[in-house]
Amino acid sequence: MLFLPPEPQPNSREPERVDWPARFRDLAVQARDPRLRAFYGAGVVALDTPIAEVPLVALDFETTGLDPARDGIVSIGLVPFSLERICSSAARHWVVKPRSVLREESVVVHGITHADLARAPDLNALLQPLLEALAGRVVVVHHREIERRFLDAALRVRLGEGIELPVIDTMELESRWHRRNTSLLNRLLGRRPPSIRLADSRQRYRLPHYHQHCALTDAQATAELLLAQLGHHFSPDTPLVELCC
Amino acid sequence: MQPEHHEFLDFLRRHPPFDQLPDDSLEQAVSTLDVAYFKAGTPILDFGAPVDALYIIRSGAVEVLRRSGELYNRLSEGGIFGEFGLLRAGKVRFPVRALEDTLVYLLPAAEFLRLFEQHDYFADFVEVEDRTRLRQAVARREDANDLLSAPVQSLLHRAPLLVAPDTAAQAVALQMSAEVVSAALVVDGASGRMQGIVTDRDIRDRLVCEGLAYDSPVTAIMTPDPICADSDQLVFEAMLTMLKANVHHLPVMRKNQPQGVVELADIIRHESQNSLFLVNSIHRQQSAEELAALLPDVQACFQRMVNEDANSHMIGTALAVIGRSFKQRLLELAEERLGPPPVPYCFVALGSMARDDQTLVTDQDNAMILDDSFEPALHDGYFSRLAAFVSDGLNQCGYPYCSGGIMATNPEWRKRLSDWRLTFTQWIEQPTPQFLLNSSVFFDLNGVWGELRWAEDLYDMIVSKAGQHPRFLACMARNAVLRTPPLGFFKDFVMETDGRHSNSINIKRRGTAPLNDLIRVHALAVGSTSLNAFSRLHDVIDAGILPPGRGQDLRDALEFIAMVRIRHQALDLDTGQEPDNNVEPENLSEFERKHLKDAFQILSNAQKFLTYRYTPNRAG
Repeated sequence: MLFLPPEPQPNSREPERVDWPARFRDLAVQARDPRLRAFYGAGVVALDTPIAEVPLVALDFETTGLDPARDGIVSIGLVPFSLERICSSAARHWVVKPRSVLREESVVVHGITHADLARAPDLNALLQPLLEALAGRVVVVHHREIERRFLDAALRVRLGEGIELPVIDTMELESRWHRRNTSLLNRLLGRRPPSIRLADSRQRYRLPHYHQHCALTDAQATAELLLAQLGHHFSPDTPLVELCC
Repeated sequence: MQPEHHEFLDFLRRHPPFDQLPDDSLEQAVSTLDVAYFKAGTPILDFGAPVDALYIIRSGAVEVLRRSGELYNRLSEGGIFGEFGLLRAGKVRFPVRALEDTLVYLLPAAEFLRLFEQHDYFADFVEVEDRTRLRQAVARREDANDLLSAPVQSLLHRAPLLVAPDTAAQAVALQMSAEVVSAALVVDGASGRMQGIVTDRDIRDRLVCEGLAYDSPVTAIMTPDPICADSDQLVFEAMLTMLKANVHHLPVMRKNQPQGVVELADIIRHESQNSLFLVNSIHRQQSAEELAALLPDVQACFQRMVNEDANSHMIGTALAVIGRSFKQRLLELAEERLGPPPVPYCFVALGSMARDDQTLVTDQDNAMILDDSFEPALHDGYFSRLAAFVSDGLNQCGYPYCSGGIMATNPEWRKRLSDWRLTFTQWIEQPTPQFLLNSSVFFDLNGVWGELRWAEDLYDMIVSKAGQHPRFLACMARNAVLRTPPLGFFKDFVMETDGRHSNSINIKRRGTAPLNDLIRVHALAVGSTSLNAFSRLHDVIDAGILPPGRGQDLRDALEFIAMVRIRHQALDLDTGQEPDNNVEPENLSEFERKHLKDAFQILSNAQKFLTYRYTPNRAG
């Protein structure tokens, strides 16, 4: 039986476009938690800012599963950077105690054990340094659904209010070149598009293979991937709006 | 929780100079690393720009350029750059460009300087001056090996027994017994000059056997003007002197004053094993076949010296002495078979054997000087058979025929002494670069057997003429720069100055041979009668024709390249392969690559200087 996947919509990102600086100004007033207010208060650069001038921060979570409603964050890695330099020396890494149960299979993935988590603090206790590290920077993730939705859900549970923020998603960027141009012929022949997972995407740019899988390494890996993508597909003058969502 | 960049740590642990850092120091360094990404073709460091970090290549490759834009180096994963600038006023000295998409780790200047201050290995590795780094590498190896490189003085355990020339022979014997020594030195009381040496054997052979009166003066039985060693000569040099002269006692002198007497037994105790016994056994073999059976012993002796960290001079000399012994024994056997020579002759070694610079891979270069009474019709049958016997024998013993035909079997290279004089005179006075191209080997010439004096006289003539003929020196210099060293290494390739790559390097053709060629030109120019490259360099440095420090640099470069060649041959033997001169970069350590690059650079600069100094229109 012949199965044709639907054509991707060329302008599918358009409806999502948000005026982030204005949104942050509103949220800085509306938010109840002082830490969130400070975060929004730091603002976002204008969307037409050239990417070379945008302060960035790569962020990665390890979670107990894929469902933000049931699963929780177990570790957070972040690395501030810019087009010029990845400030790995200023990177942060935290293990946090999730409110959901740690499943056996996820232990295997990130090597964080029940014992580690028993000693770890709740996310609420880390919220201040976390939001301070993100403030004034555009967050870079690989697969935005995880980081954005998990963080939002975690805050809702703890503070009774969520979080909104612009992100640059290196997986979404990668899909622009490796998912969009899937020709009819290729689809008819059942050729699968190349993988856009983090490790596979990095390999395409000949970035080194990393053996460890922890939130810190993955955040570092994501920052490096974005720089490679920018080097190959964009210029330092590319405005932020073309990259983020 | 403190961030732990395991990936960074694992990476640096695999690459020098970080691989030698203690864990706590390495972890501290890793916590300060930042990262940058450069697309292929983009500049990374511009000349004169400030540099605030050491760059460590995590992936990709870069090109390091000279200020002139000339290629200086290419580096790949694990390579470092920016150290020149960091140690020199914080400004970029060598611009760098990304050759491939490149990810670099940045070690901040302060942290770099901390590692530089605290860890010698790190400091040596990143040291600014290539030459300094090479010198340290050579020196470190020589330190490791103080026994073999000990001065002969260190073997002296007592002052020599000195006797006056008019002492009665018996009185000398009594003193020797009382002091339990096997030799006494005869010294003139007034001048303090040493006149001779008396040994146990002289008392037996020259006194008792000859039936001389016991009260004869000691001068009647002494060996006058014996061969001596200088107190700062190395033990191995003293050993070789004893072997060459076949003596068992060697007075050790400092500024013409006897310091003591070294006996063969002292050296044997010191050396305990090795080439001595091999040479001895070469001289006992009764046929070319028996000699050929010693080949494994030669290889074992070579390997033992390499393992004992002998330097290239010791190994080169020991193998030359071994090779010479094969020749001598073969000539002895040939004369036994063919009868005594109809006219006197001298069998001559050319090239590496004459230079005391042999390795395992060496062909036979030799020639014959014949007495001026030589008549081809009458005598050449004998010498042709003699040469063939020796040449075939050498081939059996692991010294293959010379592909260029520079052998005594070639009638062209069996000449009367007077013809040799004419030939060399013509080469020197009317030189053609084309001819000299294939004959530089003749300018390393040393007698092995027969009338050794002739070879010395001939060489003295060559040296005295060469210095007076700038055109000859210019031709030799021109030929000496034809074979150039490569630029260095890139990944597992040899990198040429124009950026081309190849899989292996002929370390003789691209390293030791051009070094020998250029040192020879300088040596001939300053009238040095030495043959060994290190001795020649010594003479050249003393003559003051090189810019300050360059002679020492050349010595370091020669030592390092020669040792890489020697170790490569030892490695071939270890892995059961036929030893050769082709070194594959994958068999070189990171350290060797770096030092070799430095040594190649020194050679390359020295070649430029040579061309400049010996231009035909410039008086020497």
